[in-house]
Amino acid sequence: MAILFIVDLVDGKVKKGSFEVASYASKLAANTGTEAVGLALGTANDSDLADLGSYGTTKIYHASNNAFNSFDAGVYAQAVKDAADKIGAHTVIFSMGLTGKAVAPRVAVKMNAGIVSGAVALPDTSNGFVVKKGAFSGKAFALVSINTENKVVSVTPNAYGATKGSGTATVEAIDLIPAASRITVKEVKRQQGDVAPLPEAELVVSAGRGMKGPENWGIIEDLAASLGATTACSRPVADVGWRPHHEHVGQTGVAIRPNLYIAVGISGAIQHLAGVNQSKTIVVINKDPEAPFFKAADYGVVGDLFEVVPKLTEAIKKFKAQQ
Amino acid sequence: MKFLVCISLVPDTTTKISFVENDTKFNTDKVQWILNPYDEWYALVRALELKEANGGSVTVINVGGAENDQVIRKALAIGADDAIRVDATSDLDSFSIASDIAAVAKDGNYDVIMLGKETINYNGSNLGGMLAEMLDLPFISYASKLDMNGNVASIDREIEGGKESLEVSTPFVISCAKGMAEARIPNMKGIMMAKSKPLAVVTPQAVAPQTSTVKYELPPAKAACKMIDPDNMDELVSLLHNEAKVI
Repeated sequence: MAILFIVDLVDGKVKKGSFEVASYASKLAANTGTEAVGLALGTANDSDLADLGSYGTTKIYHASNNAFNSFDAGVYAQAVKDAADKIGAHTVIFSMGLTGKAVAPRVAVKMNAGIVSGAVALPDTSNGFVVKKGAFSGKAFALVSINTENKVVSVTPNAYGATKGSGTATVEAIDLIPAASRITVKEVKRQQGDVAPLPEAELVVSAGRGMKGPENWGIIEDLAASLGATTACSRPVADVGWRPHHEHVGQTGVAIRPNLYIAVGISGAIQHLAGVNQSKTIVVINKDPEAPFFKAADYGVVGDLFEVVPKLTEAIKKFKAQQ
Repeated sequence: MKFLVCISLVPDTTTKISFVENDTKFNTDKVQWILNPYDEWYALVRALELKEANGGSVTVINVGGAENDQVIRKALAIGADDAIRVDATSDLDSFSIASDIAAVAKDGNYDVIMLGKETINYNGSNLGGMLAEMLDLPFISYASKLDMNGNVASIDREIEGGKESLEVSTPFVISCAKGMAEARIPNMKGIMMAKSKPLAVVTPQAVAPQTSTVKYELPPAKAACKMIDPDNMDELVSLLHNEAKVI
């Protein structure tokens, strides 16, 4: 009756969201008197996988077949189902990244399991299995009961958080035969760099039309660099080509849930808020005191962004130097 | 080429969200229902563009009651050839909706089944993967580009930290994100023609939902925004460190 969580790998590296699902699954296992074990599909360093033990898990199953290095939701789903059968897992936990969004529903159908995607808290198991999830583009939460014996849950990145302790997990090879893929991958392009990709970034600095042009983005990049934050932008900015589309956050772009979202020169249209309103802390910098974004913000600065942003960057640098 | 586009009805983006019956039901009073933007802007419009370029047909499918017909007609006005509504009115989850659509899709021999990346009310992203599994088809999620060359599709999709280009042969299921197409506004001719296009009503599958929403909650009310003097960014940094504890 183990709980199986899925370890997300990118180019052989364990993704940050995996620490969060390891913590989530381990706590759920503790609450329900069972154990949490992980499953990693594809090439990975076993010592990296063993490090997941510090998040509460005791064992990671590793299917290192090269066929799993190329992502196909159908192939992954079959492998997860086979692993769940072998291990005797009735509950499978995913991080709700792009991989989890594609694979989890397929696994749910294969296992005849009810699914809740976008969980923001541990399931309440005191009377059934009730999971809290975001709904209405972050404007509300729904408490959803899974009424089947098998269960699939995907966890919204940064919603639960990872709790690091100590310990290492045993890594055990598991023989999973990959199904034949019906997708031919032609090219993979990944963003390079040290900062986290937007969906899992904890700190995000975002800017909008108030920047007046792409040539002014240096002050945003400087602010982001001082924090170690990921940069983002509003829809109009991506639409006119000032910034790449993958930076566009909001309802039609990427929905994010960072710990800190700094919005510079963004008025805060409802479609933008729908993508960022689950951020833990929102800072808004805008010269218009009537900008609707101030209503959703925790901290606001009314002023000329070209003066305020460099001052904030300097203040952060000074703070970091004192730490 | 036969396209099937799954369309969902959602509350308009600007809807004020509230609940009734002891917070167990969404308050639909005065709610303006619209086509789910991702289904409309990306999936439907791209299907129409491909049909216009290569021939074929575009069918839209919705699971819900007769009150949905008015919005389904909008999809017909934008250019879909016909519509199917699975006449289901009870509380549904993504599994029961997917079961209903899969049953129709099995009979229809569609080449490409398209839908938006998620709905804006439940944000689950479950339907595409479920449909693909029920129909035993490849599933390509969060696609930003779809071109067809005969029965082979060239697709770009978002992956963790980047983008992937791939090829897949029909039939397949694809969920569509930004970049796939630009929204279209129905013109008067389309609106007039929509009235005479076929809208078939079919019986739902007898599939019990696997999940049920027991309660809704609104997020706690936000405290008023703390305004910081633009000349005192040290104070903002201090608040972010000591009060918000985010840096």
